[in-house]
Formats: sequence, structure tokens, C-alpha cells
Amino acid sequence: MFEQLKDNAAWSGFNGGEWQTKIDVVDFIRRNITPYEGDSSFLAGPTERTTALWAEVSELMKKETANNGLLDADVSTPSAIDAYAAGYINKDKEIIVGLQTDAPLKRAIMPYGGYRMVQASCEAYGLKEDEKVKEIFTKYRKTHNEGVFQAYTPEIRACRKSAIITGLPDAYGRGRIIGDYRRVALYGLDALIEEKQAEKASSEHLEMTEKVIREREELSEQILALEAMKRMAASYEIDISKPAKTFKEAVQAVYFGYLAAVKDQNGAAMSLGRVSSFLDIYAERDLKNGVATESELQEIMDDFIIKLRMIRFLRTPEYNELFSGDPVWVTESVGGMGLDGRTMVTKNSFRILHTLNNLGPAPEPNLTVLWSTSLPENFKKFCAKISIDTSSIQYENDDLMRPMFESDDYGIACCVSPMIIGREMQFFGARANLAKALLYAINGGVDERLGMKVVDGFEPITSDVLDYDEVCRKFDAVMTWLARTYVSALNIIHYMHDKYYYEKAQLALMNKDIVRKLGCGIAGFSVVVDSLSAIKYAKVKPIRNEAGIAVDFEIEGDFPKYGNNDDRVDQIGVALVKQFMDKIRQLHTYREAVPTQSILTITSNVVYGKKTGNTPDGRKANVPFAPGANPLHGRDTKGATASLCSVAKLPFEDAKDGISNTFSIIPNSLGKTEDDRIHNLTGLLDGYMFKHGQHLNVNVLNRETLLDAMDHPEKYPQLTIRVSGYAVNFIKLTKAQQQDVISRTFHESL
Amino acid sequence: MGYIHSVETMGAVDGPGLRYVVFMQGCPFRCLFCHNPDTWQVLSSHRQSVDTVLADILKYRDFFRFSGGGVTLSGGEPLMQPEFVRALVGELRKAGIHVAIDTCGYVDLNEDIQDIVAQANLFLLDIKHLDNTIHQQLTGKPNDKTLAFLDFLRQKKKHTWIRIVLLPGYNMDDAYTARLIDFLRPYENVDKIELLPYHDKGKIKWQELGLTYQLEHIMPPTQAAVEPIVNRLRQAGYDVLVNM
Repeated sequence: MFEQLKDNAAWSGFNGGEWQTKIDVVDFIRRNITPYEGDSSFLAGPTERTTALWAEVSELMKKETANNGLLDADVSTPSAIDAYAAGYINKDKEIIVGLQTDAPLKRAIMPYGGYRMVQASCEAYGLKEDEKVKEIFTKYRKTHNEGVFQAYTPEIRACRKSAIITGLPDAYGRGRIIGDYRRVALYGLDALIEEKQAEKASSEHLEMTEKVIREREELSEQILALEAMKRMAASYEIDISKPAKTFKEAVQAVYFGYLAAVKDQNGAAMSLGRVSSFLDIYAERDLKNGVATESELQEIMDDFIIKLRMIRFLRTPEYNELFSGDPVWVTESVGGMGLDGRTMVTKNSFRILHTLNNLGPAPEPNLTVLWSTSLPENFKKFCAKISIDTSSIQYENDDLMRPMFESDDYGIACCVSPMIIGREMQFFGARANLAKALLYAINGGVDERLGMKVVDGFEPITSDVLDYDEVCRKFDAVMTWLARTYVSALNIIHYMHDKYYYEKAQLALMNKDIVRKLGCGIAGFSVVVDSLSAIKYAKVKPIRNEAGIAVDFEIEGDFPKYGNNDDRVDQIGVALVKQFMDKIRQLHTYREAVPTQSILTITSNVVYGKKTGNTPDGRKANVPFAPGANPLHGRDTKGATASLCSVAKLPFEDAKDGISNTFSIIPNSLGKTEDDRIHNLTGLLDGYMFKHGQHLNVNVLNRETLLDAMDHPEKYPQLTIRVSGYAVNFIKLTKAQQQDVISRTFHESL
Repeated sequence: MGYIHSVETMGAVDGPGLRYVVFMQGCPFRCLFCHNPDTWQVLSSHRQSVDTVLADILKYRDFFRFSGGGVTLSGGEPLMQPEFVRALVGELRKAGIHVAIDTCGYVDLNEDIQDIVAQANLFLLDIKHLDNTIHQQLTGKPNDKTLAFLDFLRQKKKHTWIRIVLLPGYNMDDAYTARLIDFLRPYENVDKIELLPYHDKGKIKWQELGLTYQLEHIMPPTQAAVEPIVNRLRQAGYDVLVNM
């Protein structure tokens, strides 16, 4: 196949190399990237067309919000890559085409994850279920969800019920897989299909072990997906069977690859990868050949981003409680440094961030800057300015991840999960509630809220004052049990997901032999750390009910609190991260997945708080946990830098799936002039990353703005705020979540 | 040992870059517009050694380096505890950390103070009022020491930012602005003027301390009232910052 491609016109003007003889996007980028160290003055504003089209989409989004969050849905056509006829917003105005269904913001059903999700969604939005679809998916076609529940043990079910393990992808798509959508542009689908056929043929003469059989079946599915992608593009009168010849074609091809994925999967996080600097190579070639102007290139990017802002899934309100604001996690990783020391920042890195200026702030795509202290100063300043203006960017530490993965082509899936594009994927594992686990250690496996015994074999603590050593010993034992139960649940889930809801479209755009990671996670981190600190440094007396369950705690004396850069307590946190990770490491994982964990809650910190009783740190029942690895609200009293330093101590090597931190500050506390604010935010990011912080959400907002938006949502259709690894339209959060955001620490100093 | 009210590890409004701000106890003035009356008394329960304070500050060196920041000693009035400040500033200087002192300048130019001036990099000097009588009314003390301190800073060629709380009815008229410009003309060590429009956020603290707030009748100035002052100072060649 590569023989045929060698002299094709689409590659003329590119520097040749290994990428021409095998699929190797990294080699292509390395040989052709044009690093950009200049400033933002080259950027073009929105064209009339862009502004008009965005106004049309904004109008539709307004209607969607007014209509309880759903504009329209097709309940009779189970989604598939080529299930729908071509759809347009306004055909004459669109540059990049393609919608998930045949009309804008019309949602599709994806029953393979579980029919119940479809049923509950229909119920919630007052839609009538389609009887035929119902019959097929309840009578003839088994789903992922059914498979999982057949294999679940009573103990796993009890853990689910008590919410010591929550958010498991057992009824919906797991997501967190990034297809290498760039391959569609660089090679065209014919070549990719041929490659997959050759991969399949390579096992023809092997013994048919279970592994080989599965591989042959999966490759066949992938080939079908690639063929469906071609048909989908053809329905828009576009041929993606051959490599892209221009920037516009390249953007369109990448988007079609991604669109196929979101038609195939309702994954929790459907991330884009790291496409902007790849696309820049096409932009530079077009500029050099005089076939595109800067304004045209920006217009194409703006149009692409409009499409990405419109990705929607039909989900239930309960789901929305866990992942609020209808997020899709179209995460795009921007910038970073190359392994060769050059920056990966290109003009197109600026263009993609500039869409936030041209179209206004938005939560999607989830723009993620891979920060390095070595990034060009101009780019750092540009990012800081956009953060200050829009609160729509998150930052992740390239200086930490690049050497650890020995790759300059990893991207972030979802919020904070790094994976090498095209070579690695993740089995998403939601999270275990360690705050509840601590209460189980105190109460001998009895749930403090439900009063039911969730696990046998643990004796409650009966002393009047909690003894640190005894608590630690018992907590350790509970965590051993929890890790085992948790990983068992994940193994079941991912076995069934592969079997009943295989991600054929995304995996078709990845290597045959991929590394799988098991993405475990923990919630309630700061609650546990402060609780252990209280038990160690103050006097904590449990208050027990008539059944002997500790339902509240009385604290005498003060204790050091996480978030003040105080090692007495921060080191308890460091040890905790390692302790739980070590337990996960010892367990068998499905399909030889490499275990990892994250300290990330998404917005489920609110739900977890509701499901967890009073804790020994003085936190009351129902009160939300802090999001991710953040200190608890109001306990970080020494200012933002101290708070950041506490989080930066947490060991990334024991939480390689990411450590989320959300930082909110009022503009006036960041400096007196705009230049000062940009300068200081840049310095803060450099310092945090230098100290090995992995992730930082940056919000620069006044509390009053948020309060006003709660009362007058119509005034703030695009108000965006970063929460634990993603961004949301503030007005789409539930009231409880809005209040949580507002009550959280806003750093301000007089 | 020093009496410390609190610290702020991310100060971004008290000198250049990101700063570790130490709010110290004690103040010789009793400004009517004070927003931190809880720092007036020197003695408090929160007593720390120079070594302890220094060790905590050193944790933030990387942030100082990346942002061109450092440490600001504020208060209260840091120069009410000259021995402690002298020792701390000496250590910070040895460690190569930029030090700013936020002061009202009501000091005797003794050996401690002279050494502090020699060691610190920047002074943020509050001028409450140029008229001695009004100064007395506003702060309870005359302004002679403050003005003498400014002379000393000039003599030592020390970088100085002048801070002025804009208080309607006291120092916001054209005549005062003109007088200020005239007064500051010979002080070539003054790099910047920071205007802090009066706000009444400190009122609650007065009530908590059982004190009577005497500026109830004064409304915080509007942006429109502040702008002409900014413009005139800028025309006079000053770099002006406003905390609006």
C-alpha cells in the first residue's frame, strides 16, 4: 500500500521519512513541524460567515437549554457510523461538515451499552420509546450492561448500593479511548483498511488460541468500521479514501474520524487527542503555496470548533448528577515540548485557543495546554491572557509527563488521563470512595448511612478516642478489601465492554498491539487526609448511635490541614496515594492492563458528599467533598501558592492517571494591571509545574458574577467555569453544584 | 522573635511578581480608614522566630524566581518590630530574595532602621496626608517622621513606591493633587504611585473589636472621581497603579 502512496500529490512538499513506509504520525510531525515562538499578532478575527453560523448554533443551543436540555432525539435509529443521512446546520455556510445525526443537536440512542440508559433517557425527557428497538435490545441483542450484572458478585452490588464504589461504567460507554484521528488525514482510509487487512492476515497461520481468535474478530470489526467511515463521508459527498491534500481537507478528515467515534460510542469521555500542531503542517504548506490566507485558516478552525461544541449524547439525569453540564470531554492537547528540545507549539496552537476569542468562551472542546517551563514566552502569555478572559483552559505538566512516557505524542483523555496517541488506551474505572472506606474501618464494615453490613470480617473500633495507629491499621485492611472488590468489578466491566460494546471505530485508528491501562481512581482524598491528621494531632471522639455506629465526631484541639504546605499533614496524603496504588498493583487485571489511579472526582464530589456521613475531620454529612485532589473548602488559609504546593507534593508515579486541581482566583488578586495578571499567572503556572504539579484548572472570576448568573442565567449563556478536569457552562450545573462551586475557595487577598 | 498576624503565600498586589506577604502585628497610627485594626497591637499570641519564618518563605523560592517576585513585609507596621525585621531581611538578602517593605514610615532613623533600608530592595511608603494637621486627624500622629523617612530613602537612592489611600473630602481635590506632584518632584527614587481608593470592607473588623467606625458618612469614591487624579499624575510622568 505504501508503494501506491509514495508519489501521491497529497504528500508533495512534505519532508519524507519513515512515516511514508509505515503508519507513523509522530515521525511525520517531527520531520515537518514548524515550531512557532512569535506572538499572537498574526491571528485573524472571525469572518462574517463564522459569526453568522455561530449565531445560528447559539440560537439552537438556547432552545436546547430552554427545552430542559434536549432539542431533539431520534429514538428509532440506534446510532452507527453510517446510520444517518447527512445533516447540516446551514449547508451554504458550513466549511467543515458532518453531524452526529441528520439534524443539529439531535441526539441518537446508543443501546449497546445498556438499554436501560435509553429507557431512562426517554422517560426523563418525555420521549416515547421505540417498540421495535426495545424488542431488539431486550429480547434479541444482549448489551454490555446485562453482561456486567450477570457476572457481578453480591459484594460488588452492595458496594455499588452503598456508594463506596460509584460511577462505574457498567451501564454506559466507558470512553477514555482516543483514536488517532490524524491517520485519516495523513494516509486516507484505503491505506488504513489495507493495513488492518494485513494485520489480520498475519495471524492466519497461527494456532487459534483465544487471544488470536479475539484479535481476528476485533480486526474484522475495525475494518468494517473503516468502511463505514468511508460511506459516512461519501454521504456528505466527500471522499476520505485518499490522503488529504489541503488544510481544509485535513481538518475535515480528522473530524470525520472523530465523528465516526462519537456515532459509534456514547463514551463517558470522547477525547480528540493532539491534532492542532499536526494540522499546522498542512496550514504551513497551504500558506507557502499561497492557497490559503491566515483568515481562511482561522475560519476553518473556527468552523471545526463549532462542530466540536455541538457533540451531544442522550443521557439520564442521574448520569448528569455525576458528570454535570452535559460534558463530552472533547479534550484536545495543545503545545508541549518535543523530545528533541524544540517546542511543539505552532501557529495552529494559537489558532485553536483563539477560537475562544472568536466564538466566545465554551466548555468544549476541553482545551488543554501541555505546559512546560520551556514553552515560548509568547505562547505562555497568550494562554494566560485567554485563561484570564475566559476561564476555559486547563493546564497539564508536560515536563512531568513527557519524560515519564518518553513521548511527545501523548494526549489527555477526559480530564487528566495521559495516554500515547494510537498506542495506548484506558479501561476507565471511575473511583472508590476512600472517605467512606475510613468510616468502614471505624465501623467494622457497616455503612454509616444505610446501617447495612457491606463487608464481613472487620471489627469496629470501640474506644472513646480514636487511636491513630489503630485507625491506620484497620483502614489499611479495609483498603485491601476495597481495592480487590473494586478491581474485580472493573475486570468484569471491561471484559463485557469489549464483548458487547467494542470501540471498533477508535481502535481501527490505533495500532494492533496497544497498551491497555486500568484507570482506577479515588475520591474523598482531602477528607481522609484531614481526618487522619485530626486523629493524629487533635483528639477525635466518635459519637455512636444506639446500634454502635459512629455517626458523628467531636474534635478537641487544632490539627494541621491539607492545603497549607505543611508536611505534617501533606505527607499523610503522599503516603495514602502510594498505599492505595500499591494495593491495586498487586491485583490481577483484565487483559494485562497496566494499573494506574487518578485523584479526580469530576463533579461527583457533590454526589459523593451526599452519600457519605459525618467524617472525623469535622466535615458534615451531605457536604460535598473537595473536587479532585483539592484541599477542602476554606481549609487552605495561607493563600493559593501554599495550597498549590500541597497538591504538587502528591506523587505522580503513584497516580499516573492524573491528579486534578482546580484553582479559582478573583482577577484583582492576580495583579493590578492586565500585564501584571498575565505575568503573575504565568509565573504561578511555571512554579506549580516546576514543583511537579500535574494538572491545574484555572478560573479567574468574581464570585459576584457567579451569583448573578444563578439568578439571571439568560444573561450568561456562555459563562464557562472549570471544574475538576473539565469545563462547564455554569448555567447548566444543578443548583447544588452551582452552590458548591461558589462556596469553594476563591483565592483573594486584600 | 516576631509577632505575626498572618501570611499570604500568593500576594500579587504588594510589589512586583508573586510575593510571600508577612502581615506583622503593631501599628503606630490609628487611621480612621484602617481595614486591619486587628493588627494595631504589637503583642499577640502568634510569635515566631526568624528561622521559622525564613524556613517557610524558602519553600516558595521557585515561585519568586519564575515571577520576579519575593517577600513583602507588611502589617500592621513591620518597622514597629525593627530587630526582627532587620534579622529577617538580612537572611532574605543572603538568600538572594527580593524584599519589599510596606510601611507608614513613622520611625526613628536608628541603626536597625538604617540597616533595613540598606538591605531591602523596595519600599512601599504610605503617605496618608501632606498636611500635618489633617494627618493628625486621620492617623492620630504627625507626618514629620514619614516625610523624614522619605528623605532618607532618597538619600540612600532606594526604590520607592508611594501609596496613597484616596479618601473623598480629604485628598481628592485638584489642589491636593497639584501639591502632591510638587512635593514629589525632587524624589527621583520614587518609581511608582499606587492609588488605593478608600473602601469600607474593614468596617466589620472594627465592630468585631468593639470600636466605633468614624467614617460612616464617607462613600467609597467612584471610578469617575479617581480617573482625573490618575491622569494628572500620569501627565506628571508617574507610573500610576490603581487598586479599583
